[in-house]
Amino acid sequence: MLERLRKPWSDRRAERMLGAVACLTALAIVLMVVFVALRAWPTFSHEGLSWLGSGGNLDNQIGAMASTSAHPPASAYFLHAWPLIYGTLLTSAFAVVFGLAISVLTAIFIVDFAPPAVVRVMTPVIRLLASIPSVVYGLIGILVLVPFVGANLITSGEKASVANVIQLTGAGLLVSVVILTVMITPIMTALITEALASVPRSWHEGAIALGLNPVRATLAVSIRAIRPAIIAATALATARAIGEAIMLSMVSGGKAFSPNFADGRIVLFEPLRTLAAEIVEQVDGISAPALRSSIYAFALLLLFSGFMLSIASYAMRLPLRKYELSQ
Amino acid sequence: MAAHEPPCPHPLAAPPRRRGRRSSLRNWRRRDQLIFAFAWSAGLGLCLIAGAIVVFLAVKGVTYLTPRLLVTSPSASVDQSHSGGILDPIEGTVTLALIGTIIATPIAVSTAVWVVEYGRPRWLARIVESSIELIAGTPDVVIAIFGLALFQIGILAPFSFRSSSGGVYGRSFLAAGIMVSLIALPLTYTATRNGLRAIPRHLREASFAIGKTRIATIRRVLLPALRSDIATGATLGLGRIIGSTAIVVVLLGATLQNSPENGVPLLGFLRGTGSTLPSYILNNSPAGEGNAAQKAYAAAFVLMLIILVLNWLVGRISRAGAASGLYSGRAAR
Repeated sequence: MLERLRKPWSDRRAERMLGAVACLTALAIVLMVVFVALRAWPTFSHEGLSWLGSGGNLDNQIGAMASTSAHPPASAYFLHAWPLIYGTLLTSAFAVVFGLAISVLTAIFIVDFAPPAVVRVMTPVIRLLASIPSVVYGLIGILVLVPFVGANLITSGEKASVANVIQLTGAGLLVSVVILTVMITPIMTALITEALASVPRSWHEGAIALGLNPVRATLAVSIRAIRPAIIAATALATARAIGEAIMLSMVSGGKAFSPNFADGRIVLFEPLRTLAAEIVEQVDGISAPALRSSIYAFALLLLFSGFMLSIASYAMRLPLRKYELSQ
Repeated sequence: MAAHEPPCPHPLAAPPRRRGRRSSLRNWRRRDQLIFAFAWSAGLGLCLIAGAIVVFLAVKGVTYLTPRLLVTSPSASVDQSHSGGILDPIEGTVTLALIGTIIATPIAVSTAVWVVEYGRPRWLARIVESSIELIAGTPDVVIAIFGLALFQIGILAPFSFRSSSGGVYGRSFLAAGIMVSLIALPLTYTATRNGLRAIPRHLREASFAIGKTRIATIRRVLLPALRSDIATGATLGLGRIIGSTAIVVVLLGATLQNSPENGVPLLGFLRGTGSTLPSYILNNSPAGEGNAAQKAYAAAFVLMLIILVLNWLVGRISRAGAASGLYSGRAAR
């Protein structure tokens, strides 16, 4: 066998072997969808689409599932997952909006304004922020930010006013969004900076020659030219934000509550739970069939939204094809 | 002296300066000035955050990390002075990183080579490219519980340990290693593909012209030229693997100690459960059972050191690759 491998390969055989290896990745995606969908099927067959709706206390519903037997009745699958979906949407939307603004500004800063010495610092800084593991962000969040917010930003009157519904410890929407923003900003910044730097310098200079100041020139010419890259970066960052599990399970509070904007400023401190975080929290109880099926249903929802994001980002870039910069 | 400026030798060489019309920050529109200020503060803010995180962890790490912590195994104890160190998580991290990288790198490189150099039929190449994009966008947790479902089926039972009653748990170093290779794959693939695309066409044509086949060209010309790109990609993947927590929590069991399965020594270790630095940090944070902030800080410091070294390596490798750029179109000597 080894002898045959050592001999020079014929071209056709090499093509087939490399092609087979390449197909492994497609196989992985297909297997993933099939396995997750199969395991999630009982939930959807019992609950239908009302599963996505709201109603009842999610923590109690999950708790009831964990204690069901090996052959649960159909009623054991009862769950309304809306609080998780709402939590996911809320954290990701805020983080992506803030992250997008910060990363576009940072990219403009790096490409147009920063002196070379600062650029030399910025590049490794962004790479470092992107590579800090989520558990380290979570650790800093739970040991530094949560106690700080709990002690300084929430008054004891506010804590008492909601004490019989939720505990305000500081873990909640505000800390989750802040850390999530810090986590996804570097990825977006790196991609947008790369695209912005590849815009021909002459376009920018031409705009300045026409009388625009550097900021106007960047906004009017360069940023317009890199819209496809901005969309792609946003899609990637959204996928990251939706899928973030460990950090959010650490700092988002101990209850699957839906933060309510009618509550005034307390909403910032209300606990929440996202789909990905709930999977990590509940994975210990995966031997209970009803709970297992629900966990895989959460995963299926995450997979589905990831696919939708890819398609949406592709569809949004399609009309912008003409702006694609030739390398 | 300023009053006695020598007259210009050529009046035409020095056109009158129109100070009033020059663009300077002061006569920009207010909105543009604001954007300028925000751009500076966004950039410096990111630097500040990164600096604060590194300094904070360094201070905490130096305070709590003792040499003894690095060489003792963790053990269950209420008293923090007896709950051991982080030897097992470090071993687990190294093992997992090795398995993941060894699986991911060849697959990623072969895939990139096939897509760029062969890529026929076209639709298949497109499917492969989009599935890698999809894998890159798939959350870690989903990959983790997909792995759990995959390794619980009977055929793959040898990869993980069994309970005494014969049930397959689907949790082991091998299972976790195979699944973390999935999150490293897109990074290595992208780096290799971009490297391949940067190699100029004439290099391949020169090789074909002296009668080399496509695969011989790939092995003798393209792959040697790609070394730094592959190394960069593999190191980036390594960083992701080392920091991945969800997969370890779900697929490795995140137990206190590495517990090998009975049997052949090395294989038993690979089939057993264990922990890595991220799962150790999670377990020792207030969110986990251990609730020992000092141990968590110490482990986080070690983890950050590894990440910093890897980052430095990535920068070094890619700089070295660009400098020696014998084949790469970017910097021909």
